[in-house]
Amino acid sequence: MESVGNLILYFIVAIAIIVFSVLTVTTRKILRSATYLLFVLFATAIIYFQMDYQFLGAVQIAVYAGGILVLFVFAIMLTQRPGEDAAPLSSHKRWLGLSAALAGVAVCGYALFSYADFGGRLLSSGVDVTMDKIGHFLLSTDKFGYLLPFEAISVLLLACIIGGVVIARRR
Amino acid sequence: MDLTLFMYLIPSLIMFGCGVYGFITRKNMIAIMISLELMLNSVDINFVVFNRYLFPGQMDGMFFSLFAIAIAAAETALALAIIINVFRIAKNVDINQITKLKF
Repeated sequence: MESVGNLILYFIVAIAIIVFSVLTVTTRKILRSATYLLFVLFATAIIYFQMDYQFLGAVQIAVYAGGILVLFVFAIMLTQRPGEDAAPLSSHKRWLGLSAALAGVAVCGYALFSYADFGGRLLSSGVDVTMDKIGHFLLSTDKFGYLLPFEAISVLLLACIIGGVVIARRR
Repeated sequence: MDLTLFMYLIPSLIMFGCGVYGFITRKNMIAIMISLELMLNSVDINFVVFNRYLFPGQMDGMFFSLFAIAIAAAETALALAIIINVFRIAKNVDINQITKLKF
């Protein structure tokens, strides 16, 4: 039996995710769309905190909400004229998008409810993901170590920095 | 009432559907990137929730999400650099107007 506070928190987060994701893709003003995306990312971070992955929630807030969203807002400010709305959708395009999205959701939902017998699994308590455990796994070469992806990510970020400089440089 | 695995997968599924819808219908390049972020985020939720519910002793799903967040940050930075460069050349970020690369 779940505690009442946890249930209320879950329903707030789930409704926020659903409502704000729909608003993100349907609003006509792009800056509002970015703001709704921020709310979705915060709700996702709350899910991570609820799952006891505090470090991942902190990373989600710091990198996604703090870094990527600011980047989006900068790009929107640089490329859009203020107060400009997106053009209304043609009905053909909206129908195409709706049918693709609904078909995907229907197939995935059917697969979830008919083939997955693990769906009723409950949260097991007593998992503590401490910071030193995460650091140990990230830098170990043992069976569940992640040293190679860690180094690959660092090379990727370096390549990304160089690529960003080369692309955005004024010729 | 208990919080089961399904109850976390359903908002994530709806988020992914919204991302697909936005990716197809939007015409602004930045709006397309925002839809892409929605899809990536829903996949991250799935990784974490599956890991926590099915294999609570391990942390592989958490590390996958961690690396996915890092890769998403890098990818967004590069894509926005490209979009700003396109805007500098074409004065527009509408995918219907930018047709010079089409054959």
